[in-house]
Amino acid sequence: MTVDIEEASPAPSRGTPRGGRAAPGSGGRWRPPGGWVPYLLVAPAVLAMLAVLGYALVRNLVISFQAFGRRQLISRTTEWTGLDNYRTVLENDRFWDSLFRTVAFMAVNVVLIMLIGTLIGLLLNQLGRRMRLLLAISLVAAWAMPVIASTTVFRWLFDTQFGVANWAMRGLGFEGYEQHNWFASGTSTLAIVTALIVWASVPFVALNLYAGLTTISGEIYEAARMDGASGWRVFWSIVAPIMRPFFLITTFLEIIWVFKAFVQIYALNGGGPDRGSETLPVMAYIEGMGQNQYGTGAAISVLTLLILLVAMSFYFRLILRQEKENEAV
Amino acid sequence: MNTRTLGRLWRNGVALLLAAVFLFPVYWMFSTSFKSNSQVLTRDPVFFFTPTFEHYSTATGVELFWTYVTNSVLVTLGAVLLALVVALAASFALARMRFRGRRGMVLAVMMAQMAPWEVLIIVVYLNARDLSMLNSLGTLVLVYFVMALPFTIWTLRGFIAAVPRELEEAALIDGCDRFQAFRRVIFPLLAPGLMATSLFGFIMAWNEYAMVLVLNKAPDAATLPLWLTQFQTNFGNDWGATMAASSLFTVPVLIVFLILQRRVTGGLAAGAVKG
Repeated sequence: MTVDIEEASPAPSRGTPRGGRAAPGSGGRWRPPGGWVPYLLVAPAVLAMLAVLGYALVRNLVISFQAFGRRQLISRTTEWTGLDNYRTVLENDRFWDSLFRTVAFMAVNVVLIMLIGTLIGLLLNQLGRRMRLLLAISLVAAWAMPVIASTTVFRWLFDTQFGVANWAMRGLGFEGYEQHNWFASGTSTLAIVTALIVWASVPFVALNLYAGLTTISGEIYEAARMDGASGWRVFWSIVAPIMRPFFLITTFLEIIWVFKAFVQIYALNGGGPDRGSETLPVMAYIEGMGQNQYGTGAAISVLTLLILLVAMSFYFRLILRQEKENEAV
Repeated sequence: MNTRTLGRLWRNGVALLLAAVFLFPVYWMFSTSFKSNSQVLTRDPVFFFTPTFEHYSTATGVELFWTYVTNSVLVTLGAVLLALVVALAASFALARMRFRGRRGMVLAVMMAQMAPWEVLIIVVYLNARDLSMLNSLGTLVLVYFVMALPFTIWTLRGFIAAVPRELEEAALIDGCDRFQAFRRVIFPLLAPGLMATSLFGFIMAWNEYAMVLVLNKAPDAATLPLWLTQFQTNFGNDWGATMAASSLFTVPVLIVFLILQRRVTGGLAAGAVKG
């Protein structure tokens, strides 16, 4: 049996030998190799992820280099066409429109979510007990709504004939909201999607920010007030620096979530009218499933994945730094 | 009135307004579901009315309603239980054992948590089709299980790492083997963690729409999200029934969320504020 010396480890007996009879502390630095047990324990998880997720990612890449339409789907044949799909996609104005639309849509959503979420989080921290509970409960209710249910409800709110939104606009004195069709253009449709996503995402930011704020000791605020600092100053000099990791991580999380939003857009108006509210994930789906152009659809989703990967790499770097700091504590 | 009370009044006013805004869509869903058709289909909405349950009987009276319910329950339970068992083994190894490739696996789990399933819908469909696995509950269980797995591993790993090593060592000294030490010492301490993670898995699987839309279109293999959307057709929307179905679908999730809320926000904030 071989023994190896474990690298410097904070815990005295990390990886106690199986059977555990070796006295901890004294013999802790020495141990038999982990053997096959840990591999056996992680194997089912690894295999499942590889079989479903890994295979899907690889196949997606493979199909993007193939001519894959209805004919190939039925005859189950493979036709390699190199970069043809990518050429088709990149020469298609619709792709560039959709890319621009996705980025603009994402930016507007993330800014609104972070701004409103932060303001509500700060407000929660200043409210009395009862008002805070009331606001928190309504935030949780919005947060808890299943995506497909809230999307359906928003369709109903903005219904042309009987929607409460048109009634409210009339009541506020706006002209032209007699049977106004909110889904008449792509931009208008995406504005409704924005309302839906911001409404559903703000609670996450607000409640988590509030939970973080409660851990900041009240003495710090008091000291700042004594020195005559304004509310604005307190936020930028105390809250913002302490909550910096939270703001960074949450912003990137929201960027990733909004960028890949699918159900809200698809279930609200199917990417329409006239494909005018298609963001990249919706476009990939419609090219593939709707038009039976699986190869082109795959190429679009590979390009979408590449863009997402940029945002994710920032996010992962932040999380890893956080992990390291947590371990060091 | 001094400025302090004025400020408090102003804040409370804003808070009330915000609470109304966030609650309104939820309220409107429930309230529409209890209105009669003539109260639903009006130019000016009705706010006070005698509730009727007619839309609930329409919604639950559709053919195969109980099949949808059973399918949703089975798929959710299957995916969550499978994820718990598989994740428990993996997260124990990741939290407590040293082996080559551990760090790589932690990274992979973290990245898989953010996996963009929304972009992979078509290819998952093609894979299932090639394997003749369309319209099968097993396929849905498998997909949801893998969707929930990375998150479950990540969270349980944190919970296991939080159990003091000394407890386990004490059990080992007392003559337990490693498995017994896990079963008798760590496992009981994990109960709240297992509870929280499985509720998260439940919400994910229960709410999932995009995958079931392409994988299990056949009514006898479909789940509740497809039931909920079937009252909107090209021939017109039965808004009353749609809202009744949405309400029924939402209630279980709402309950779970209220149970979870404190834990969710507490946990995330503890991580975010540190450092």
